[in-house]
Amino acid sequence: MHNISRLSRFNIASLALGLAFLYLPIIILVIYSFNASRLVTVWGGWSLRWYHEFFNDRAMIEAAWMSVKVAVSSATIATLLGTLTAVALSRGERFRGRTLFSGMLYAPLVMPEVITGLSLLLLFVALNAERGFWTVTIAHTTLTMCFVAVVVQSRLGSLDRSLEEAAMDLGCNPVRAFVAVTLPLIAPAIVAGWMLAFTLSLDDLVIASFTTGPGSATLPIRIYSEVRLGVKPEINAICTLVIGLIAVVIVIASLASKLSSSQGESAAPL
Amino acid sequence: MTDELPRTDAAANAVGADAYPAAGQPLLRIEGVAKTFGTFRAVDGVSLDIKAGEFFALLGPSGCGKTTLLRMLAGFEAPDEGRILLGGKDIAQALPHERPINMMFQNYALFPHLSVRDNIAFGLKRARLARAEIATRVAEMVALVKLEGLEKRKPDQLSGGQRQRVALARALARRPQLLLLDEPLAALDKKLRENTQGELMELQRRLGMTFIIVTHDQEEAMTMASRIGVMKAGKLAQVASPRELYEAPRSRWIAEFVGDINLFEAESKLRDGHRLIIGTSGAGALVVAEPREPVGAGKLSVAIRPEKVKLSRRGPVSEAGHETALNRLDGVIADICYLGGTTTYKVKLDTGGMVQASVANSARLDVDAYSLNQHVVAWFTPDDCVVLTS
Repeated sequence: MHNISRLSRFNIASLALGLAFLYLPIIILVIYSFNASRLVTVWGGWSLRWYHEFFNDRAMIEAAWMSVKVAVSSATIATLLGTLTAVALSRGERFRGRTLFSGMLYAPLVMPEVITGLSLLLLFVALNAERGFWTVTIAHTTLTMCFVAVVVQSRLGSLDRSLEEAAMDLGCNPVRAFVAVTLPLIAPAIVAGWMLAFTLSLDDLVIASFTTGPGSATLPIRIYSEVRLGVKPEINAICTLVIGLIAVVIVIASLASKLSSSQGESAAPL
Repeated sequence: MTDELPRTDAAANAVGADAYPAAGQPLLRIEGVAKTFGTFRAVDGVSLDIKAGEFFALLGPSGCGKTTLLRMLAGFEAPDEGRILLGGKDIAQALPHERPINMMFQNYALFPHLSVRDNIAFGLKRARLARAEIATRVAEMVALVKLEGLEKRKPDQLSGGQRQRVALARALARRPQLLLLDEPLAALDKKLRENTQGELMELQRRLGMTFIIVTHDQEEAMTMASRIGVMKAGKLAQVASPRELYEAPRSRWIAEFVGDINLFEAESKLRDGHRLIIGTSGAGALVVAEPREPVGAGKLSVAIRPEKVKLSRRGPVSEAGHETALNRLDGVIADICYLGGTTTYKVKLDTGGMVQASVANSARLDVDAYSLNQHVVAWFTPDDCVVLTS
């Protein structure tokens, strides 16, 4: 404790500066969401007026509902595909080009979203697919499944292979060994992967705007088009709600991955 | 409390077991088994018979192929060549869960998300035993390895020794025809290891089960096993009882790997009735008993274990019939290493060589001890020498 307090003057200053840089805009947004005034920049006292306004805004509610539907379904599909990919890459027989595949998995993580969005749009146009809920969901799945795969793969990599061998030795065929032993141990990573995919999908604007069609705008698209006509205080209220939702999801995801790593330690020998 | 476990039942009730051979009958036959990883020949044509009820040790330095051989018995690797017959049936290509063999892993591989009870019951549930039967067997196993009261703990709430017991109980619960143990004591500290060695031997005797243990620790192998197979570079160098391995090693490499030994390179050889007189570079002419098997053409050396070299201040203590046939070497004490029960003296011989003698400290006071640079006579009988080829 003594050590910390001695170092702390400089540390507190830099910590405060860093956090202020990150969170000041968000805090201002949250505060102004409770502003009674119609003018965004003028403080008119505390009020829940704009929250009330939002819940009466049919178009906005529909967009929010669309966003949640897309996020839940794309996160679920991405978790399924991502987990299978991770298992194939870390547990399958060594096959030619496995390292290449592993590397290629990271490409969507660093690819500019505009490129992903545009290429998906071209694909959907070429396939003559009607753009709407499903095209956005598929697009978000492509974006987020590699995140899931990376999270699950790192967990699988830290898992002792002899656990699966022990399960097979004790009478499980390889599939049962996976279900009985591996799956429970990687479950926290799978949950964390789902949460990550969910938040990524929820706040994506670029890919969604490329791949969506008329009548199925997601919340970020809706907000963005509203803001272009001028910022209404209602937007502040919506953004505050979204921030709250994402904060909750992130806390759950980090708790899940913490649980996951603490179980991993017990898998290792002394 | 552990007497309740009837030893004949263990075999008869084994999960998925065929008829279990009586003790002493052949159980496992390994025929010309080989395994190659890339260009590395990990196991190179090993043939071996294991009898039912045997405690067999595979001993060798790391990388000699002993673990690969064990993994082929468990079914985690398939041999490239050869057959593995268990009770007459070839199981070389069978999957791990299809074999009546269980393995105890080096790092125990306990399932971290399951309690002690569920870890032990894991294999029984897969065998679709009735719930009551599973409960009885788990209780039996818990009592057998003395883990009462810890059934609800998770593996990370156990000490190293307790984990080792859970791993053993889990592997034994299915009553396998053959139990494989991969360095089962490597993670325990010395004192606990010695106790556990005794317990494992006791358990194996009582259950009448067949154990194959893999170890790099020659003392561990000698203590526990009734037969030892020494492996070197993927091949079995010698299969023998601990005593035979120690007293009659087949090659110089084995002699040096198993225990300490004095080696003298041979320069000439002369036959004298039932004895050979071998001229050595370090110790002059040594009289040795003629080996049972004729010595090969290769380079010879004379080997003698340190505890068989006696030291005295004057000449050898006269013993009937031995006076004429002793090897007697004069020298001075060059190094003393006190080990408690014994003291190892290094004697610099007048003929140029060096010989180690291990002397039991049979008296508490050091009246018998030798001091540095003291003149001594090191002596040993021809029967205690072994002639080895390299």
